[in-house]
Amino acid sequence: MASVDESVTPTAEEQLEFDPTIKKKKKKSKAVSFSRDDLDDAAPQDETQVDELTDMFAGLKKKKKKSTSSAPLEPAEDASAGDAGAEDNVEDFDFGSQKKKKKKKVADVSAFEQQLEEAGVNEEEDAGEDDTFEKPEGEEEGEGEEEEAGWLNSDREYSYEELLHRFFKILRTNNPELAGERGQRYKIPPPSVMREGNKKTIFANLKDISDRMHRPYEHVMQFLFAELGTSGSVDGNSRLVIKGRFQQKQLENVLRRYIMEYVTCKTCKSISTHLAKENRLYFLVCESCGSRRSVSGIKTGFQAHIGKRKKMLG
Amino acid sequence: MSTSIENLKTFDPFADTGDDDISQPTNYIHIRIQQRNGRKTLTTVQGLPVEYDQKRILRALKKDFACNGTIVKDDELGEVIQLQGDQRVKVMEFLSTQLNILKKNIKIHGF
Repeated sequence: MASVDESVTPTAEEQLEFDPTIKKKKKKSKAVSFSRDDLDDAAPQDETQVDELTDMFAGLKKKKKKSTSSAPLEPAEDASAGDAGAEDNVEDFDFGSQKKKKKKKVADVSAFEQQLEEAGVNEEEDAGEDDTFEKPEGEEEGEGEEEEAGWLNSDREYSYEELLHRFFKILRTNNPELAGERGQRYKIPPPSVMREGNKKTIFANLKDISDRMHRPYEHVMQFLFAELGTSGSVDGNSRLVIKGRFQQKQLENVLRRYIMEYVTCKTCKSISTHLAKENRLYFLVCESCGSRRSVSGIKTGFQAHIGKRKKMLG
Repeated sequence: MSTSIENLKTFDPFADTGDDDISQPTNYIHIRIQQRNGRKTLTTVQGLPVEYDQKRILRALKKDFACNGTIVKDDELGEVIQLQGDQRVKVMEFLSTQLNILKKNIKIHGF
């Protein structure tokens, strides 16, 4: 644990140092001026708080002093704590800027709140804010980052959640492509299904879908017929005509099974794969990770005789 | 294999995962559905282990699902149970609970 943490910290610290300074400047321009000038009644609170904070955040303070020039730190601290008290007055000004920032950090807020409760219980008593919503906002601005640094410095055991949050935050800022979602790659258009007459179903975009999956449409067709236990043909506009009545949802299920079986790579879940035939066996070769696995051929299995009994005998 | 590294000792990534070995030799039981005329369907159960008496299974299935059914003898596939209506999920439940057949050895086909 510790070794991992150490390896990560340098990058984290850089960020941590960058963000607060920017925000603090904003803060000073807005919030501090207000809290100092307009909120004289808030000032005594602040002072007491600062004292307590110095006790509470002995390690934390050091860090701050290291990170930013020492002088503005105390006011900033006041600002963030007094902000909560001051927020009532400052609301209109600060909300615009704060909300934007908040959106970025929504995921972290809950974690921060936990940490706040653990590390800075006194603050709630001292600042004496009524609004529960104001507090996380105000403190998140000024102290959120420092708070994180706070639990890094403290001796207690880091919880998994905290470390996970931290990891993803760092990953997201440093290389977002790794933290990005994967869902997008699998987009395959839904099958467009119509009824032809009473007993046949038309699957219009088979070609489109099989192109998207990089599979010959004959292969997909074979699978569909084997699974559905029917037969059919391809008409002039390269649409598939299936005997029997099927709904779009049902075909979607079958297609999903086809993709699971014959398209996605089991190792890396990518769909950029191709089927290679080697002495009568099919192999699924992944183009992104290079893994190979054998896939079973499409077997029709047992087909019950349906219809006239004469046909069955003949 | 570099087993001198401490971390690698606990877990061998090249070892077989186990589930491949078990499922490969055993034959799957295929449960299929076929459409008949109208909204009528047929369910076929293919590949039941030979040690079970197909007739008795069929009798139990027919009684449980309140449907008719037959045993069809196929040249390659042996005896296949045919049931009226869409009984796929119910058959699967029956096989896994009554006969203790693993669910991963049962394959349900169709829509």
